[in-house]
Amino acid sequence: MDMILEYICVFITGGIICLIGQFLIDKTKLTAARILVIFVVMGVILTAIGVYEPIVKFGKAGATVPISGFGYLLANGVKEAVDEMGFLGIFVGGVKACSAGIAAAITFGFLASLCSKPTIK
Amino acid sequence: MSSNIKMTNEEYSDYVDSKAKKSPIFKNFVLAFIVGGIICVIGQVICNISMYFGLDEKSAATVTSIVLIFLGAFLTAINVYWRIGKFAGAGSAVPITGFSNSIVAPAIEFKLDGYILGLGANMFKVAGPVLVYGVATSVGVGFIYWIIKMFFM
Repeated sequence: MDMILEYICVFITGGIICLIGQFLIDKTKLTAARILVIFVVMGVILTAIGVYEPIVKFGKAGATVPISGFGYLLANGVKEAVDEMGFLGIFVGGVKACSAGIAAAITFGFLASLCSKPTIK
Repeated sequence: MSSNIKMTNEEYSDYVDSKAKKSPIFKNFVLAFIVGGIICVIGQVICNISMYFGLDEKSAATVTSIVLIFLGAFLTAINVYWRIGKFAGAGSAVPITGFSNSIVAPAIEFKLDGYILGLGANMFKVAGPVLVYGVATSVGVGFIYWIIKMFFM
């Protein structure tokens, strides 16, 4: 039962975040690329001011899988690194925290585009 | 007929708007909500499975994003992701699979321009700005946090 409740929280949180994105696309005519940038930046800022953490506690993957979760990783990473290393942490922390995601995106992206042919849509 | 030709730009755009098919906004919202929710639930399933096999929470989250990025790239390469995107809109663009899709799609499209300046350069057409603004903001946040920590803590 706990498991079902957990998945419902995940579904609702993820759904709402995507709904906000769809709202921005439909109402403001922003392109998808701008939406992604806005979501990442908002993710970083909301995490920094402590708003995103409770959302992650509630929605788990519902808050970390959307691109704003990328911002959550960046902000948390930089905070931890500053605690650990001081000034140098400002530059080390963010990218270090999401290094796996970046490396995976580059590797799989490269392989996927190597293996497929351009099509005329 | 002649009155149509003398239309001003505003009149013309009003005319186009009245002729254009109204996009079913409510339907878009529902589809974005459902598809986005489902992708996140898939992420949670992957996360729970990795934790079941003994990974801690942080590693499980990392595994989840790696698997989802793989799925996004794979579905883009076999020409399925844009079909989902056509009806799901932000529901498939906002999750990390959409980030992956935004890397693969332009890379495939510009492949004919060569492997370095075509495929290599265009991979980061959308992902590039995301990284630029994300990392820059995180450095800014880190700097502010460092100052606050030094003077007030």
